[in-house]
Amino acid sequence: MTALLTVEDLWVRFQTRNRLVEAVRGISFSVGRERIGIVGESGSGKSMTGRAILGLVQHPGIVQAKRIDFKGRDLTSLSDRDLRAIRGQHISMIMQDPKYSLNPVIKVGHQIAESYRLHHKSSRTEAKIKTLEMLEEVQIPDPERVFNTYPHELSGGMGQRVMIAMMLIPNPEILIADEPTSALDVTVQKRVLEIMDKLVRDRGMGLIFISHDLNLVSSFCDRILIMYAGRIIETCLAKDLHNTSHPYTRGLLNSLPSLQNPSEKLPILNRDPRWKEEPSVNAIREYSNA
Amino acid sequence: MLEAHNLHVWFGAGADKFHAVKDASFSISQGESFGLVGESGSGKSTILKAIIGLAENWTGHLTVDGETLGKKRNRNFYSKVQMVFQDPYASLHPRHTVDRCLSEPLRMRKTSNIDARINQSLNDVGLDPTYRFRYPHQLSGGQRQRVAIARTLIQDAKFLLLDEPTSALDVSVQAEILNLLNDLKRQKGLTYLLVSHDLAVVSHMCDRIAIMQAGKIVETIDKQMLRTATTETDYAAALISASHGFKRSTSQI
Repeated sequence: MTALLTVEDLWVRFQTRNRLVEAVRGISFSVGRERIGIVGESGSGKSMTGRAILGLVQHPGIVQAKRIDFKGRDLTSLSDRDLRAIRGQHISMIMQDPKYSLNPVIKVGHQIAESYRLHHKSSRTEAKIKTLEMLEEVQIPDPERVFNTYPHELSGGMGQRVMIAMMLIPNPEILIADEPTSALDVTVQKRVLEIMDKLVRDRGMGLIFISHDLNLVSSFCDRILIMYAGRIIETCLAKDLHNTSHPYTRGLLNSLPSLQNPSEKLPILNRDPRWKEEPSVNAIREYSNA
Repeated sequence: MLEAHNLHVWFGAGADKFHAVKDASFSISQGESFGLVGESGSGKSTILKAIIGLAENWTGHLTVDGETLGKKRNRNFYSKVQMVFQDPYASLHPRHTVDRCLSEPLRMRKTSNIDARINQSLNDVGLDPTYRFRYPHQLSGGQRQRVAIARTLIQDAKFLLLDEPTSALDVSVQAEILNLLNDLKRQKGLTYLLVSHDLAVVSHMCDRIAIMQAGKIVETIDKQMLRTATTETDYAAALISASHGFKRSTSQI
């Protein structure tokens, strides 16, 4: 296994009228053909990390990095045009809410087919066949019908599956999923995760899974990065999450109410101002060829 | 505190009629916390709306504190029953300060010593008095939800309808709000009807839980049964197992 993506010293800054907001403050990590989970509270910079990799941070945001290396190419030095060729085809991103990420006035089938045709020279018929196959792969019961629906006609879970189909049809090597199931019910969430898990495993993709749900990430991913105030405060293997030592991680874990271990009062996370100043943990991993 | 018998709620009419709650019956005694869980669209929030008077089309018997509810709710009703909404970013008026938001219900009811009561209610929910003249956008999500709770307490409400009060908040903030709700309940002897899709939250907060599916209450269980997953219906069992996180073994088959 080799690293697909290596991010070194990534900063995302926003210049506002009064001050400079630093959303991401110098983080380094790598992604191989594995499932990486990024967790943290809102405002910890986890979504911005995903967006910065794909060059999706909008004005007035400024992205700086020593390097964002994707299979030997440095994404920071690419032109918009070259980056567009990478985005979608090699690295793609699933957004949080299908309601806001699909075009409301285009049939979902055509949106998925478009994403295929952009990256492959193909006829409309071929794209349609591929789309129907893909819809079947994300376990949509009646692909032909769903192909001809508009986004508002779909439920949240179906919409999210359409998004997954759209992002996977160009067969990317890395998938960035930004809270893909937060807008869904627990039962639907489980099915969507199963679909994602299967596809990622079958295709040998790298996955960056951004979420605020610690338990979900620990059960779904291989490796976890815990972010706080724009830095990676701790990194661990998913199975070791419950043995982590950092007080922030512990605090987050303890503040969750639990079905199995009820407690009278939930412990409250007391934030230590020193955590902000702690250096970011380097989460670049050595990949052996084994 | 609350008795609901054969409650039906629907929206629209004719071909567009949508039957959101079908034949729901349950009762909540004084000082109890009752939970409603289910997927989105199962009608759990609609029950709250019917009780508080935001859904007009309903039939059945609703009794709150011994008083049978009709089509209209009087002012006296709202001094007893209040609702906390899901999204604290949307439920506070963006151009009203905390002070105005809290004083409005008091002025409507021509209450005296408004000033002292506002300070008291801010104190109750653990907000510093300096927040009194702030606008909602100057507050964090957790602080906004505290204001929303203060707004219900300032009217001396004894029965709170909580519609997903923490689902828009981070887990660490969620813990603060849940603790606050439990503390207030103990101090003031409040009764809660809590709607949530998060079973862990419901098991932490509630004594008894009704599980809803497609408008019907399929099962009513108590806290202990939820924890040990002793359920009668398959749906309840599926819902509980789904909330235990992702299990890879099930997907590898």
